Amino acid sequence: MLDELLALGDRVVARAKPGEQIEAIVVNETDTEVRVFDGDVESFTSATSQGIGIRVINNQRQGFAWAGSLDPDVIDSTLSEARDNATFGSVDPDLDLAEPDGVPMAELDLYDESVNTFETDAKIALALELEAMTNGRDPRVMLVESVDFADSVGHAAVVSTKGIRMGDRDSGSYVTATVIAGGEDETQVGFGYSVHRDPRQLDLDYASQMAVERSTRLLGAIKPPTERLTVVLDPMVTAQFLGIIGSTLSGEALLKGRSLFADRLGDTVAAATITLVDDPTNPKAFTASEADGEGLATRRNVLIDQGRLNMFVHNSYTGRRLDAASTGNAIRGYSSTPGVGTIALSLVPGERAQADIIAGIDNGVLIQGVSGLHSGVNPISGDFSTGADGLRIRNGELAEPLREFTIGSTLQRMLLDVIEVGGDIEWLPSSAAGLSLAVGDITLSGA
Amino acid sequence: MIDQALLEKTLTTATGRGGEFAEIFVEDRQSSGALLDDDRIEELTSGRSRGAGIRVLVGDSTGFAHTADLSESGLLIAAKAAADAARDGNGGVTTVDLSKQTVSSPSPIAIYPASVAKQRKVELLNLANDAARGVGDAISQVSVGYGDVRRRIQIANSDGLLTGDDQVKTRFSVSCVANGDAGMQTGRESVGHTMGFELFDQYDVTDIARKAAERALTKLLARPAPSGTVTTVIGKGGGGVLFHEACGHGLEADHVAKQSTVFAGRVGELVASPLVTLIDDGTMAHEWGAFAIDDEGRPAQRNVLIEDGVLIDFMWDELRARAEGRASSGNGRRQSYKHLPMVRMTNTYIANGETDPGDIIADTDSGIFVAQLGGGQVNTVNGDFVFGMTEAYLIEDGKITEPIREGNLIGNGPEVLTSIDALGNDFEMGSPGTCGKDGQGVAVGDGTPTLRVPALTVGGTAA
Repeated sequence: MLDELLALGDRVVARAKPGEQIEAIVVNETDTEVRVFDGDVESFTSATSQGIGIRVINNQRQGFAWAGSLDPDVIDSTLSEARDNATFGSVDPDLDLAEPDGVPMAELDLYDESVNTFETDAKIALALELEAMTNGRDPRVMLVESVDFADSVGHAAVVSTKGIRMGDRDSGSYVTATVIAGGEDETQVGFGYSVHRDPRQLDLDYASQMAVERSTRLLGAIKPPTERLTVVLDPMVTAQFLGIIGSTLSGEALLKGRSLFADRLGDTVAAATITLVDDPTNPKAFTASEADGEGLATRRNVLIDQGRLNMFVHNSYTGRRLDAASTGNAIRGYSSTPGVGTIALSLVPGERAQADIIAGIDNGVLIQGVSGLHSGVNPISGDFSTGADGLRIRNGELAEPLREFTIGSTLQRMLLDVIEVGGDIEWLPSSAAGLSLAVGDITLSGA
Repeated sequence: MIDQALLEKTLTTATGRGGEFAEIFVEDRQSSGALLDDDRIEELTSGRSRGAGIRVLVGDSTGFAHTADLSESGLLIAAKAAADAARDGNGGVTTVDLSKQTVSSPSPIAIYPASVAKQRKVELLNLANDAARGVGDAISQVSVGYGDVRRRIQIANSDGLLTGDDQVKTRFSVSCVANGDAGMQTGRESVGHTMGFELFDQYDVTDIARKAAERALTKLLARPAPSGTVTTVIGKGGGGVLFHEACGHGLEADHVAKQSTVFAGRVGELVASPLVTLIDDGTMAHEWGAFAIDDEGRPAQRNVLIEDGVLIDFMWDELRARAEGRASSGNGRRQSYKHLPMVRMTNTYIANGETDPGDIIADTDSGIFVAQLGGGQVNTVNGDFVFGMTEAYLIEDGKITEPIREGNLIGNGPEVLTSIDALGNDFEMGSPGTCGKDGQGVAVGDGTPTLRVPALTVGGTAA
């Protein structure tokens, strides 16, 4: 499959006219998804998707076109559209495709053959087993709203007139369970999952337990009074915040005057315990990858080093504009030009488990989940306020559940107000890993 | 798109293993976009996506397969995969005869965007950029986006239905950054309608740009939002998204079937303030969530969900309606041919009230006035919601005073519905939106008149 995609990319690139630069990204993805409900299959989806994106740079102008098909006639018209679009872009002497930079590709084992041999019946059986296990786990479980199994195999190739010729493939599978707990008067919902490149390694018990615990422990939740206090962010919540902090460190935000950390390079922007790393070469990361969206090798980048702002991430264009090199952070699908952003973020973990961190807090809140984070954060000003639920921390122990409140601060203050980084790193199914994070002086708004 | 004989053959194959119902959804989507940022036309983009999704129902199970290969062999392979996925049923072999039904669109297109020179689109971006930057020196960055999409769909099913639609949408948005002593603030304005390039006969892009720039400038002067429970007046248009999230999702029949919504089993009961009539209407001409037929081939409908506070009905797709032995309400939608349809909203709004909006403000001693809400999220199981405020002001002594910075509004949908104590007579639709559910995004519209909620929690950063 990879050879076919590369060959297709070669054929498109070979059609470049003198003075014209062409880059093609070609992808193929196969997915299956099983959803079960009430002991039966609710839906079964199987599908193969293909697509191509073509970028043309000519006379210092750029154009782009994409198509969700690899039919030869479609590819022809996509190339023509990209060429035509290039005649309308602004002239920009910095426009160019990525040059090979000699950084060697990490050899990551991101593809597990077993995805191809795992039979349909086994997928269904796995989902049914997870549903049954979750149903019987706790008498307070009212309904297992949905249980999904999904797997995918992806192949991608990037080929360009600059001599870039990269192909990679990966596989993945996951199960999820969504549980409603409670009864007549009150219901709470909880979500659990397990992810693995090999479906045989999925941990159903872990997924089931997570969904049940996260729904049942919120039963009886009350609305807390407004106050300022210390919060402990659950790993899943920390991961969401890291993603937003990562977006403020993109070369594009910097270039266009939209980063709240512009002019802060070398400054202390976070507590000394904070070391923020973007490392797609770590195979434990869900979004690990060998190459970025322009076909350059990914690499380990330290963004914040012991509280000090160390670097921004770049693709080849933002690097060129800002006298830096690409850091291997071009991100894209086949339907867009390369953007720039972090790929696989994590904090360097501390020492202690969540329970030990909580034991040292007299009055605080464990934030189990946040909602509306993206609408509640302004990544340009740094202001944020997000809906949340969780559990009161009183005298070092978890106490009553809380709901219908918000937590707010600014991203800048929050980074400086970090009290402790947990040792409980979790490689979540997201572009950032999670761990427990204790943050002081957060405004909790409730009654 | 696909000829009738091949559609019939595909459906016959799809029901070949005993499926009770089979459907093919064919889609050809062409889009174009243009982006200006940092004073430069960064790119023009063209996209094309074409394919078919085939589903087969056997009992409570659905088999689904999709393909980008619209040849006879491609369609038959997908049909067989969908039939296999649904596994053996007892429906017996079905021969399908299709009869064509035509539904006229509520949103006729005057100027197809593909017929407009790209240079004209580029000119609009430049006009908007200049207008936004002209509003004040504090405007430090401007981004302008143009986009259009033409989506042609064809739907055939084993009940004999054959129908189609041609849906065109055009949108334009401007985002500005303003730089002041206290840091950066942003302002955004967007318009979008189910129409062609005639959108720009109705809207002047320089007005859109100035609105975005002025929003950013206003926020430079804003003080941190208060924290705690406050009386909240929500302005016309800008607050419809709250009812989409806080109530609309809970009225979708798939949630009802699983009893995972607070509204399950409450038809005929008073679930809202008697001031509230909530409607979902896919027939609203040229609105963002409008269409002639939904993605299951059912004509769009105007559905009254709540009337004078009483719950009248839920929204239905084909699957849920079949299970209940009733008709779909025209709410079966999907993001693309790669997705299964689900119960989705179209244009959801609170119908007009009778009070002068000025009187609602004057009658409020202290609180906040929210002119524009941003995105939000709801827990449909218990109705808890959260929304970003993108433009809001303090109300002091019955007057709108200072602007406040961004913050979130949180509350509980059913509680908000019952507590609305004033409803204005100034109904307006809001900005075009994309509603996400189960990983699928579809275009939706929403609207409200000015209204007041006596107690909502504002999560600001001021202690």
